[in-house]
Amino acid sequence: MTTNEQDVIRVEGLTKVYSSGRNEVRALRGVDLRVKRGEMIAVMGTSGSGKSTLMNILGCLDSPTSGSYELEGVRVDGLSRNELADLRNRKLGFVFQGFNLLARTSALDNVELPLLYDRSGKKRDTRAMAREALRRVGLAEREDHHPSELSGGQQQRVAIARALVTEPALILADEPTGNLDTRTSLEIMALFQELNDAGITILLVTHEPDIAQYAKRIIVVRDGRIIRDEPVANRRRAADDLRDFREDAETEVAA
Amino acid sequence: MRASVLVKVAAQSILKNKMRTLLTMLGIVIGVGAVIIMVAIGQGAQLQIERQIANLGTNMLVVTPGAARQGGVSQGAGSFNRLTIADAEKLQREGTLLSAVSPVVFTRVQVIGGAGNWRTEVQGVSTSYQLIRDWNPSEGSFFAESDLQGRRKVAVLGATVAENLFPDGDAVGQSVQLRNVPFTVVGVLERKGQTATGTDQDDVILIPYTTMQTRLAGRSFIGQILASTSSPGDIPAAQEEIRAIMRESHRLGPADLDDFTVRNQNEIAEAAKGATEVMTALLAAIASVSLVVGGIGIMNIMLVSVTERTREIGIRMAIGARGSDVLTQFLVESVVMSLAGGIIGIGVGLGGATLIGKIAGWSTALPIGAVFLAVGFSAAVGIFFGFYPARKAARLDPIQALRYE
Repeated sequence: MTTNEQDVIRVEGLTKVYSSGRNEVRALRGVDLRVKRGEMIAVMGTSGSGKSTLMNILGCLDSPTSGSYELEGVRVDGLSRNELADLRNRKLGFVFQGFNLLARTSALDNVELPLLYDRSGKKRDTRAMAREALRRVGLAEREDHHPSELSGGQQQRVAIARALVTEPALILADEPTGNLDTRTSLEIMALFQELNDAGITILLVTHEPDIAQYAKRIIVVRDGRIIRDEPVANRRRAADDLRDFREDAETEVAA
Repeated sequence: MRASVLVKVAAQSILKNKMRTLLTMLGIVIGVGAVIIMVAIGQGAQLQIERQIANLGTNMLVVTPGAARQGGVSQGAGSFNRLTIADAEKLQREGTLLSAVSPVVFTRVQVIGGAGNWRTEVQGVSTSYQLIRDWNPSEGSFFAESDLQGRRKVAVLGATVAENLFPDGDAVGQSVQLRNVPFTVVGVLERKGQTATGTDQDDVILIPYTTMQTRLAGRSFIGQILASTSSPGDIPAAQEEIRAIMRESHRLGPADLDDFTVRNQNEIAEAAKGATEVMTALLAAIASVSLVVGGIGIMNIMLVSVTERTREIGIRMAIGARGSDVLTQFLVESVVMSLAGGIIGIGVGLGGATLIGKIAGWSTALPIGAVFLAVGFSAAVGIFFGFYPARKAARLDPIQALRYE
């Protein structure tokens, strides 16, 4: 039982079949996965490998055709739409490739949003919680800025703050650096590593092997199955790489 | 989500598209405005009719010849189907609830005098007529009891007659000829205006009914008898009293039907009011159509809005919004929009009604009931026409919505 409580995610025999007309697409063909608290996992795979389907199911946005899924010891498969919505609200944080912030809405309001959908009925200072989350991602001074007034990296930080604010069991990041340049990507990965060091479980999808090297464990999905699942041998620190990157840039300018 | 947050979020997204919001609201503004203007005009007409009926006289009862109920019932040979001076005098003597009684004898004549001649109606009445109709002279005086007794040739002119014969306003003391009989003008009546049916009440000459019978008509039959009570509460009892006296005067047996009709103002007023009420309802119904059209405008824009904001809906769902949260959000938006339109529409309606009243000279009433109805109705329009788009938003699949470009 103690091992079970340690598991944030426990998936067994997960399958997903999409049927459109006569065609059946078997997106997942039996996935087993366990994610322990405090892990940082990179999920890799080509498009059509089934990794997006896996992420959607793990993110409680979709239900599996068969197999079991436990999130923090709670069976998720078979829950209703509303129950899934509540799970997403309380236990999951999403970070997307395209940031997906509400336009013309201040950073603080964006971060506060998940708290407003909370149904636990607890009286909380949602404003103060949103400010604290923004401070954690280093954007305390930008709370009144709208997304259009922020750089891509800053927008992604706001999105991470929004994912953090509910203190979720798991943060799911779908290609979080896909729209960012090298330097900003390093900054975002440094932030993820920092949050992970603080004990937050992170699952991120990426197709860049460099980015995957910042995780503790890499999973490769192909044809609806996990074909590789191994720890990262020489885990890199994004903060170190960022420092090197900055020095290189300075020498270039000097030369 | 708390209500205050919901309204704030709705207000924010409505304000993001000011022009579109304004045009959408315009439909409701026009709808509510039209309903209020139409009801204001209808109620104004009703009020005017009520005022005119009150103008006929205070607590007035009218006795006319002929039975009220004639449908299929034979009146019998030789039935006494006329009113006489004797009837009026008997009412005057025996009516305990009647404060004043006056016979009215009608005839139309060509009157000559002053600037020329004029065709008008001459009414032979008693001095009580002034009291019953609550109609005072603006110049000179009404004829006196002695004029009535002495069958004197004196006349009181209505304002229209006086204006036409004596444009310079010096009618009192002049002489006019009615069927070649010279009469002295003793007074001019104040203006009373038109009746609800458009008859000019001021186009009249009043003379003593005694003089009328000897000098002009030569008949003892009269068109109607007017009577009044001292308080409105006495009217139903007075009506019964008149009936009893009249039956006695006409020597009707218990089996005979009334050969006269006693009506009070309320009956006349109710008939006229009924007609204007139908008119008001009709006008309001026509105006409501534009309110429905405005509602369809809201539905249209909300559908566009749901499509445009598919991604926003996806984001909200991903971070934990339930379908009902999204539904509520869009419903609140459409209700806020239609309510705001309704409130502006009330302003437009009240302003428009006042303006039309001024320009067209129609009397309008400020319809407080219609104002509340319009607010309630516009909120209902928002809910009704906002529901379909809101439900469409609530049923979106979060994965599809997030992928929407």
